[in-house]
Amino acid sequence: MENVRRVLSVIVINEEAVLSRISGLFAGRGYNIDSLTVAPVPNTEFSRLTIVTSGNKRVLEQIVKQLHKLIPTYKVIESEEFVEKEMALVKIPLNEDFNGLDAMLKAYNGTIASSGENFVVVMVADDAKRIDNFLKAIKKYNPTDMVRGGSVALDV
Amino acid sequence: MELNGSQMVVEALAKENVSVVFGYPGGAIMNVYDEVYKQDHFQHILVKHEQAAIHAADGYARSSGEVGVAFVTSGPGFTNAVTGLATAYMDSIPMVVISGQVPITMIGTDAFQEIDAVGISRPCVKHNYLVKDAKDLPRVLKEAFYIARSGRPGPVHVDIPKDVTAQVAKFHYPENITMQTYKPTYKGNVRQIKKAVDAIANSKRPVLYIGGGAINSNAAEQVREFAKITGIPAVETLMARGVMGDENPLLLGMLGMHGCYSANMAMSEADLMIAFGPRFDDRVTGKLSEFAKHAKIIHVDIDPSSIGKIVDIDYPIVGDLKNVVEGMLPLAKEKINPTKYKSWRDLLNRYNEIHPLKYDDSETILKPQWVIERVGELLDDKAFISTDVGQHQMWTAQFYPFSFPRQFVTSGGLGTMGFGLPAAMGVKKANPEKISINFTGDGSILMNVQELMTAVEFDMPVINIILNNKFLGMVRQWQTFFYDKRYSSTDIEVQPDFVKLVESFGGVGYRVTTKDEFDKALQDAIDSDKVAFIDVQVDRLENVLPMVPAGGTLYNMMLEYKE
Ligand SMILES: Cc1ncc(C[n+]2csc(CCOP(=O)(O)OP(=O)(O)O)c2C)c(N)n1
Ligand SMILES: [Mg+2]
Repeated sequence: MENVRRVLSVIVINEEAVLSRISGLFAGRGYNIDSLTVAPVPNTEFSRLTIVTSGNKRVLEQIVKQLHKLIPTYKVIESEEFVEKEMALVKIPLNEDFNGLDAMLKAYNGTIASSGENFVVVMVADDAKRIDNFLKAIKKYNPTDMVRGGSVALDV
Repeated sequence: MELNGSQMVVEALAKENVSVVFGYPGGAIMNVYDEVYKQDHFQHILVKHEQAAIHAADGYARSSGEVGVAFVTSGPGFTNAVTGLATAYMDSIPMVVISGQVPITMIGTDAFQEIDAVGISRPCVKHNYLVKDAKDLPRVLKEAFYIARSGRPGPVHVDIPKDVTAQVAKFHYPENITMQTYKPTYKGNVRQIKKAVDAIANSKRPVLYIGGGAINSNAAEQVREFAKITGIPAVETLMARGVMGDENPLLLGMLGMHGCYSANMAMSEADLMIAFGPRFDDRVTGKLSEFAKHAKIIHVDIDPSSIGKIVDIDYPIVGDLKNVVEGMLPLAKEKINPTKYKSWRDLLNRYNEIHPLKYDDSETILKPQWVIERVGELLDDKAFISTDVGQHQMWTAQFYPFSFPRQFVTSGGLGTMGFGLPAAMGVKKANPEKISINFTGDGSILMNVQELMTAVEFDMPVINIILNNKFLGMVRQWQTFFYDKRYSSTDIEVQPDFVKLVESFGGVGYRVTTKDEFDKALQDAIDSDKVAFIDVQVDRLENVLPMVPAGGTLYNMMLEYKE
């Protein structure tokens, strides 16, 4: 069975231990977490997790069922149709030649997030695949540090 | 009503009609024990080791269907309990285990006897709670009992810091409960049920594959009825022994690694498998690619994650087995003619005649299988049968004539040595009118032997039949078959005097080497009404057969062992 990537949106009761229940489930059963983001759903007792995982068909089916089985899980959304975005921050030293940087940022919904005496931090927000591409392309400016946020997704 | 946290625990247990708690006190749970002292809702049984408290509550739960309850203190009290929790979790046994914890103000400081109990229990319980405010306790305890016994049952762990056990808050125990995020499915989908019955009606060689879910769902009556009206032969897993009743002509026997030939052949040659609450354990399936490879599969289970976990299922039905089978019965009556499967049944019965479960009895040395058969002849349905883990466990599953569900109490999924004696105590507590037998091994019995004291003090006259082969027999058997007889660390000829040992605790002991001596010892043990050891000196090198070696195929069993 072939491995495929899957985005899951999981609505859980916002209790202290819930993240450890979920990460423990993945670790204990040997499932992959490619990325995981979590934040409270405003004005409710819930949190929403976005988990990017991968595995074969049986594994993915088990992941969904096992997530459901956790007592604090309210809903597991595994729609094929998500709007999925990820952001990344990249720190670039100021001694670089910034030729073309503007155009590149524009192409990836980016902007300059911060700048100092000898660096700028740029931010971009785009599909996870395109973030991959951006992080490759930005290498030519010799970035000193970068961080990506993990996917957030909303089913449509 | 205002109560402190400890009073709340006692009140909640009273509301849940708990009649017995097994436990062991310590610093962090002393407030609770102070309230235990003052109440008369339930009996507290002081064990000698926390592992045994959990196994005893487990045996109580398995044999009665009620939620078993245990108390332990923080730190080592809790860590001692972990094996018990894992044992119950693997076999889906309803329990509530309450542990003390250091005060909230000290959590995270590596305080004396502090351990991250919920962190440890998380992967071996159905759910757990760390209670940080006494006002949450009524709800948490209500949920704990509800979660433990509903859906696919399992142990629930509630960790209560010491200051919370002293904190005063309003106590209102909810009568009913609905949880927004936890709603087990009890009713099977009607269309799926209909499709499944149609598939059965169209099959030529169907087999009922019955698992522990049939016991948890109290579905034995419905399952027996279903088999009877359809004429479909049945096999049972270790956890399901007793569901069909061994007198039942449709029961082929146990399947799997040490299952009988006809049961394993039925699975291998079936064109339709009707799985009633099993979980396709590797000790049952053998090599997966060869497992029941001609069969379409109907799988009924209350736990959706159990369906399709190991093998692909053609007709999944999520629901409570009892409900689902009740739904299948009228359709089956209408559509299935039991005579249709006569030649299939005849074939399987012929398999059973060719290769029955057997052993070579001897007049010079006692065979462990004889001992079990003999107890079956003498006690039959008058006894509940617990076991430890090893060869004696498999022989018990093979040779005891189980006749009712819950009669057999054994650690299946985790295979925990040391389970038998404390579990059999819990069995006795739940079923005082019956005899409680524990078939054990000379290895296993020493893993919780201290509980003889508890059995004496609290009058739980368990009869422990030690099938003494002076080996860690099951491991020795694998060494014989697969390791060229290199008996690495399995020869345990150096042993205590089991008779003196049990006598020193205040029980009765017998050492037997002949059939007559055995019969006498058993009768005497029953008459004495005391906890007993019957140390049965059995053939040291007897093997459990037939056998599907790990990863082998069910249709290719090792029927005999030749030097
Ligand atoms: C706690 C624990 N430790 C180790 C094992 C591995 N194990 C399985 S069977 C067995 C031997 C049991 O010996 P005994 O109780 O004498 O039973 P016999 O097989 O001889 O009947 C062992 C060591 C286990 N199941 N449980
Ligand atoms: Mg032994």
